[in-house]
Amino acid sequence: MSEEREMITGIEVPIYLKYHFTAGEATARFLSQVRQGKLVGQRCPSCNNVYLPPRGSCAACGVATTEEVEVADKCTVESFTIVYIPIPGNPIQPPYVIANLIPDGANISFIHLLSECDNDTVHRGQRVQAVWKPQEEWDYAMDNIRYFKPLDEPDVPSESIGKVPVTGWEV
Amino acid sequence: MKDIAIVSFAQSDCVRNAGAKNEVELIMPVIKSALGAAGLSTAQDVDFTCSGSCDYQQGAAFAFVLGVDALGAVPPIKESHVEMDAAWALYEAILKIRMGHADSALVYGFGKSSPGELPTVLSQQLDPYYLAPLWVDTVSLAAMQARMMLDQGVMEEADMAAVVARSRRNALANNPHAQLKGEVAVEQLLAEETWVSPLRKHDCCPVSDGASAMVLCTVEKAREWGKPYAVISGIDHRIETHNLGARDLTRSVSTEQAAAVAGVSDGAIEVAEIYAPYSHQEIILTRALGLGSETVVNPSGGVLAGNLMMASGLSRIGEVAQRIINGDIKRGLAHATSGPCLQHNLVTVLEAA
Repeated sequence: MSEEREMITGIEVPIYLKYHFTAGEATARFLSQVRQGKLVGQRCPSCNNVYLPPRGSCAACGVATTEEVEVADKCTVESFTIVYIPIPGNPIQPPYVIANLIPDGANISFIHLLSECDNDTVHRGQRVQAVWKPQEEWDYAMDNIRYFKPLDEPDVPSESIGKVPVTGWEV
Repeated sequence: MKDIAIVSFAQSDCVRNAGAKNEVELIMPVIKSALGAAGLSTAQDVDFTCSGSCDYQQGAAFAFVLGVDALGAVPPIKESHVEMDAAWALYEAILKIRMGHADSALVYGFGKSSPGELPTVLSQQLDPYYLAPLWVDTVSLAAMQARMMLDQGVMEEADMAAVVARSRRNALANNPHAQLKGEVAVEQLLAEETWVSPLRKHDCCPVSDGASAMVLCTVEKAREWGKPYAVISGIDHRIETHNLGARDLTRSVSTEQAAAVAGVSDGAIEVAEIYAPYSHQEIILTRALGLGSETVVNPSGGVLAGNLMMASGLSRIGEVAQRIINGDIKRGLAHATSGPCLQHNLVTVLEAA
């Protein structure tokens, strides 16, 4: 009975579950407008903040957002990071810039790529604009915008980031 | 120990498919309604919030975190979650209040089961080494349980059909949120073909999407708010082994024990809302709870009329609490279950103030 047994350190138990996933009514509405080349957020009836992309509620106030607001494809950099490590499956060659961007007319940031820029001089408050794919390639996806590139406009001071009207930034 | 009161309850309709709605869009209306009935407006107005849901149902990782977007959690709130039916979220909230860490709480549960194949999804709640790899779905396990009961002579198929007929009739009469309702005769039901033998399709609860929410607080707080309320006079939950072969599936020992500790037999039970996803399980549970003909069982139709996985247990408690708040009854019990073949059971006794 002294026979040595092989230690079992793992078993394979594959799991296959199929789902018909839905993004949500607000997000589905947003994606169908992105397909038309428009960025449409939703305004909170309580605090007036505009969310993009909308999730159907104002997370701060806990109320439903229903009023749709088209925002600009010009944005202000709220924050950014420069990625130096390759990420498996990601076709983008490092180093590249990922930024939190707040579109003119919205108050909450979303994440996208910055390109055609000097990585060493990217900064908070910088003005950028969307570079869209050709219209025939548009789909229900945020990568209809390839990336954002710097605009030749004055910076937005810290206290005004997230408060730029849809008409744009005027000094 | 502080006495705890339920002051409001709200539930959505049970629908087969809520379409594009996400968790926030499902939760927000019931939260608004439950808070509103308690005279409150956001989760900021209670001391603690706890939810129950399971990400496997809609197949979205951390869906319960996104659900917090429905609450108005700025500035930050005290919040918790159970990957269980929200009846257990209520249990956590009760402990929080009893420990003196909160005087009031919002509890909600939601389930969007339509995106996946629910019976198969639920196979993944089984023990991961022996049962989950076999992909035994919940309907098949329940069918084996029913077979055992029929073969032992503890019930007949007509008894199961009678449970279904009563559920459909009660749902028609009393439950505007029900998914399945109507007048149907036992003979009609027995004439239908078996689905997963010996279960016929109507012996199984439907798959539903929706949510429910509740506000509870100390009795002192309820008086301060000036709201009518139902008192939770007893609550207990017990769990049995995950080894189905080691259990007597024809009875529910955990329900018997929980009922004894919750004080079910300390007075007459006018109404019992029982979470029995399969008709034969209502027979097991009615016996385990020691209910007789003086008790109205599942006036809402129970979950055979609509089953919001992860909210149905809370809804059973809410159904009884609402009847007490409305002044229709003085004392009732609610039961919630979790796991295959009634593995885990929670019993709550509610009384008028």
